[in-house]
Amino acid sequence: MRALNQIVQITLVNVRTMPQRPGPSLVVVIGIAGVVGVLVSVLAMSEGFRHTLASTGRPGRVIMLRSGSDSELSSGVPRDQAALLATLPGIARDAGGRPLASAELMVMVDLPRRGETNPNNVPFRGVQPAAFAIREELQVVEGRPFRRGVREVIAGRKASRQFAGLSVGSRIAFRDSDWTVVGLFESGGDVHESEVWADAEVAMSAFRRQGYQSLTATLADGSDSGFAALKESVRRDPRFSISVLREPEYYAKQATTLSTLINVLGYTVAAFMAVGAMFGALNCMYSAVAGRQVEIATLRAIGFGGAPVVVSVMIEALLLALVGGAVGGAAAYLYCDGASLSTLNFNTFSQVAFALRVTPRLLAQGLLWALIIGAAGGLFPAIRAARVPVTMALRAV
Amino acid sequence: MRYLPLLWAGLFRKKTRTILTLLSVIVAFLLLGLLHAVKVAFESGAESADAKRLLTTARYSIIEPLPIAHLRPIERVAGVVGVAYADWFGAKYQNESNAFPVFAVDPTRYLDMYPEFTIPREQREAFVKTRTGAVAGRRLVDRFGWTLGQKLPISSEIHPKADGDMNWAFDLVGILDADDPAQRGNTDVVLINVAYFDEARQTGKGKTGWYIERIADPARARAISVEIDRLFVNSPDETKTQPEKEFAVGFAKQIGDMGALVTRILAAVFFTILILTGNAMAQSVRERIPELAILKTLGFSDGKVTALVLAEAGLLLLLGGGLGMVIAAALLPVLNGATGGRFPPLFVSADTWLLATAVAVTLALAVGLPPALRARRLKIVDALAGR
Repeated sequence: MRALNQIVQITLVNVRTMPQRPGPSLVVVIGIAGVVGVLVSVLAMSEGFRHTLASTGRPGRVIMLRSGSDSELSSGVPRDQAALLATLPGIARDAGGRPLASAELMVMVDLPRRGETNPNNVPFRGVQPAAFAIREELQVVEGRPFRRGVREVIAGRKASRQFAGLSVGSRIAFRDSDWTVVGLFESGGDVHESEVWADAEVAMSAFRRQGYQSLTATLADGSDSGFAALKESVRRDPRFSISVLREPEYYAKQATTLSTLINVLGYTVAAFMAVGAMFGALNCMYSAVAGRQVEIATLRAIGFGGAPVVVSVMIEALLLALVGGAVGGAAAYLYCDGASLSTLNFNTFSQVAFALRVTPRLLAQGLLWALIIGAAGGLFPAIRAARVPVTMALRAV
Repeated sequence: MRYLPLLWAGLFRKKTRTILTLLSVIVAFLLLGLLHAVKVAFESGAESADAKRLLTTARYSIIEPLPIAHLRPIERVAGVVGVAYADWFGAKYQNESNAFPVFAVDPTRYLDMYPEFTIPREQREAFVKTRTGAVAGRRLVDRFGWTLGQKLPISSEIHPKADGDMNWAFDLVGILDADDPAQRGNTDVVLINVAYFDEARQTGKGKTGWYIERIADPARARAISVEIDRLFVNSPDETKTQPEKEFAVGFAKQIGDMGALVTRILAAVFFTILILTGNAMAQSVRERIPELAILKTLGFSDGKVTALVLAEAGLLLLLGGGLGMVIAAALLPVLNGATGGRFPPLFVSADTWLLATAVAVTLALAVGLPPALRARRLKIVDALAGR
């Protein structure tokens, strides 16, 4: 109890005298804020990207690709097979008895970013009418859906924000043809919002394709046994060489390469910065302790113990670190959260637009890093403060 | 030079403080060396581009194939001295998609087009003669432990063989390398013989992915590009031709502005270091005011005292910066080995050294000037009296 009281007393003295030495305190705060700011904002990129892909697809739906293909772009599903696959008993049907399956064509079209000229691989998806019934989360929010048999497209909200020429009413030239943008759609911020959609038949003739890339369908029975039954019926049929995946499984896989890369970059840079900031914190805490040598020695001469001195210096360092962490996290949140970005996803070779996400978990992680740096920077100065012989410290006057 | 011991003594007056400051400067420059190397590697496609090479792709999307029949007309364009072509195989190796790129090429045409790739003469001849032959980059060969003469089992995600089988096998007959470290990343590729590939594949016969043209005069790159594209205007397979560098820059831009990201991170790092070092310097000068006054009493001019303090800051940053960069240069080869050749090789280039020097000098001025000016304005009487 006495030790606790002593700790509180010394800490109060330390904190109250902080304004007298704004320089060193500020240095600790800024150093740590820099580390946390960089860490949180880089990880927010990875988090945003992962979130976009993770929120794509529903477990009750499947995507079918050619066996061995890991992405739609490299897959191919011939027309006749697509028609057969759609009628499999494992696939749900709508009220009119039509299968809830959409064979889809996937090509890349070149579009410049807004205000730039060089082309980007923007995914262009040709869909069958059932596509909208299958993906209930998709809604046309501006304009209207495309009509069948006509060269009209609708664009995802994020694609429209990133790339030039994707606003309602504008015309864009793709292969052989002009297309009119008639609507914009939203689908809960998922990966489809980076795409341009059109009628599969029209797209197929315009892009001179003979087959589809994939088939997306709703499961009649979304349970594991229903999924397994469909998978098995496809596997057993010698006419098919098709793999069946639940949508979330497929889309999660598309995020691996890029999010790993961003994470490695973020953690490496932050780790180095943290080491640098720790040296800075050490420096400042040493000088803070040195400046108060006499006070500390006086306290110890009148009966304060060594441990409370150590603890109080640690508390000071941790307090400063906490402030630094909070400042860095807040800066990352204000500056980055929601900022939209688009990049080439190496797994699919196409552009994905996403928004940076500064999540509470990231902020907590940033604060944890701050505290670790603060603790590392405060420990040795604290021990030194308690170790200097009282008589020697007092003589320094 | 005469004052070096004095500088040194001033700098290490408070050992702990200087060493800690020095360490944080070292870390900052180490980070600069590493991150800038990433940026350089990222932009190396554009840097190493040959001004005498053009690239022709399908006009509307680089993934659309072009007919092999385009070859002859392109060859006849005035100013074009060589044409090669390549097709994207879509490799999957040991169940990993795109573990490395595989291009189906005409061996002679392709290797002639890229003289920066080195390959022993007899291996090159073997590649030309072996229909099922393949050559691979040195880094890939090391990474997967391949040996010359072995079968490479690679499946394709795009091209089935005539019997529908997606699993292909090629004979490794040669190893590609490059003398220039900046080019070495471009050899992370497996080349296969198009003669066999085109005959054995089920679909897409008679098509290729893109053309590469060598031109005699880089100044005419634009004109020749236009001329090539004009050949195929209004045909079902229109083309888009551009200088190699433009293509590389465009492709890098697809990933987004990596350069800007690196710059922002480094700005945050150095802003922090500036505050840190600046504080340490100011403190050090503050403590030494009586000493500086004594120097002035001994006859050191105002200018000399200013220069001394400034030189101290310069010494600190150059020492820290130099050490940091040397560590970065020593660390990168280790890093290259550890990533197993998955990323392009990283190295500290002359550009990075230049940048580091400029940053060190700027920081030294920013950190050193305020205390130096303070030392200059010092009045001997006041300073000695502790006022």
